[in-house]
Amino acid sequence: MSDRMKIFLLLLPAMFIIVVLFFGGLAIGAMRSFNYMPVIGLTQPNFDAYISVFTDREFYLSFALTFHIAFTSTVISSVLAIGAALLLRRSFIGRGLVNFLFQINLTVPHLVGAIGMLYLFSQSGSFARLAAEFNLIASPADFPALVFDPYAIGIILQYVWKEIPFIGVIVLANMQSIGEDYESVARSLGASKWQTFRYVLLPLIFPGVLSASVMVFAFTFGAYEIPAILGANFPAALPVLAYRKYTDVDLAARPEAIAMAIVIALLSAVMIYFYVRYSRRRIRG
Amino acid sequence: MATQESLGMRSFRVLTGAVLITWLILPLIPLAIWSFAKGWFYPDLLPRNWSMRAWEYAMSDTAGVLDSLWLTIWISLVATFLSILVGVPAGRALGMYKFRGKEIVELMILAPTIVPGIAVVLGIHSVFISMGLNNTVHGVILVHLIPTLPYMVLVMAGIFSNYDPAFEAQARSLGASPLKTFWYVTLPAIRPGIIVGGLFAFLVSWSQYILTLLIGGGRVETLPLLLFNFATSGRNDITGAIGMIYILPGIIILLLTAKHLSGRSGAVGGFGQI
Repeated sequence: MSDRMKIFLLLLPAMFIIVVLFFGGLAIGAMRSFNYMPVIGLTQPNFDAYISVFTDREFYLSFALTFHIAFTSTVISSVLAIGAALLLRRSFIGRGLVNFLFQINLTVPHLVGAIGMLYLFSQSGSFARLAAEFNLIASPADFPALVFDPYAIGIILQYVWKEIPFIGVIVLANMQSIGEDYESVARSLGASKWQTFRYVLLPLIFPGVLSASVMVFAFTFGAYEIPAILGANFPAALPVLAYRKYTDVDLAARPEAIAMAIVIALLSAVMIYFYVRYSRRRIRG
Repeated sequence: MATQESLGMRSFRVLTGAVLITWLILPLIPLAIWSFAKGWFYPDLLPRNWSMRAWEYAMSDTAGVLDSLWLTIWISLVATFLSILVGVPAGRALGMYKFRGKEIVELMILAPTIVPGIAVVLGIHSVFISMGLNNTVHGVILVHLIPTLPYMVLVMAGIFSNYDPAFEAQARSLGASPLKTFWYVTLPAIRPGIIVGGLFAFLVSWSQYILTLLIGGGRVETLPLLLFNFATSGRNDITGAIGMIYILPGIIILLLTAKHLSGRSGAVGGFGQI
């Protein structure tokens, strides 16, 4: 058997699944969003769904909110993750414990984190009770709205909680494979600690940080259950809005829902571009 | 470098370490307390009455929590098994060969790790309806392959890129059949990859919510769906108990794989999906 044949056969089952389920799902979705479904007699594709999506104020509010959630969560998590990785690089009392909790946290599903945040930050949650204990608030309503709030603070807190370890573990591994030689050289040439970090270490770890951040951004932009638990009703995050439209009793809203899903897919295609640019070396193993 | 550090710097580290530890375990604490609480009303910092009621409910045969647990385990196990079956050969092709179009194949396999499930699943849903796969366990297992398979392939590609096929050739020249060669030569060499990739695939499937909700149509009630329903209906005590049950496999898996795990492995990306 020739190598070409061998490679083809080895790849066939996996590619079949990915092409049929993943790309097939996307393609069927795209067709439905254009109201093109020959099977059920819709043979005239049109832009109706996109027109009603793009003329709906709620869509823009949702999009802006979702972008805010994804962007803010990603930036805060990345910065804190770099800090955490710098911390974990050195030995100190409790490092083993932090390391272990870091990894434990990686395995806890987002949904559990979201419920935990709800119990911590809601107006009758643990922090509100603590505030009441110290007479800072008179009733639950005095506690600032951190969940179901218009700024999505609860959602962002949950993502930051979950993504610091994710980005941190990747950055830490990056730092460990780079070693400390470059920094030692910079230090011996008179660079300050900050200069060493800013001009030596940061550029070295940046591709790793970026590829992890892209994954986080795409995930936080497209996740459903976290904003569904912690988010306000209006405007809702885009995936929540899409799901609501899809499951609306009015079946005519379905193409609109799918059009929103396609918008999410297009945005993640942009993310893939960045991911591939910065993470090629990691795939090659 | 560490020896030159001042006492101030060292205590700063311990302090930030302590803050980090607190932050990392904080959200799990109210869940754990709720599961043993019998009513826990504002503004009590701790429940006045403790009880095992939520746990008794979760463990009872009639509540459906255990059924849901077995169903979730079954779905994740089958999705993992299929991912291994399909992912190992693909990993071999990507890890051991250079070929035209390889970059495109890699990109296609990577794409599902970035594109959110909701973007894909709405299209799949309408196809599954016409195939009768919606609202079935089979349908749910199939869609779980979308997020699980890529990690299996990535991990195996990493393993096979450090793999020497000469051993296989030797076994064959000594008269071993292809099956025996695979069983006695290839499999032992790639086993660590299969274990780590498989555990990741299991966890990724274990944490799926929206794919299960849409394709299962609420009829395939896995643990995350049950957890979500209890959380949004205000049964905090039962939510706490189910939450604790739900995170257990991840912790067990972590304890099993800690020594294999490093941020350098392609598998760690899988954590981004959980």
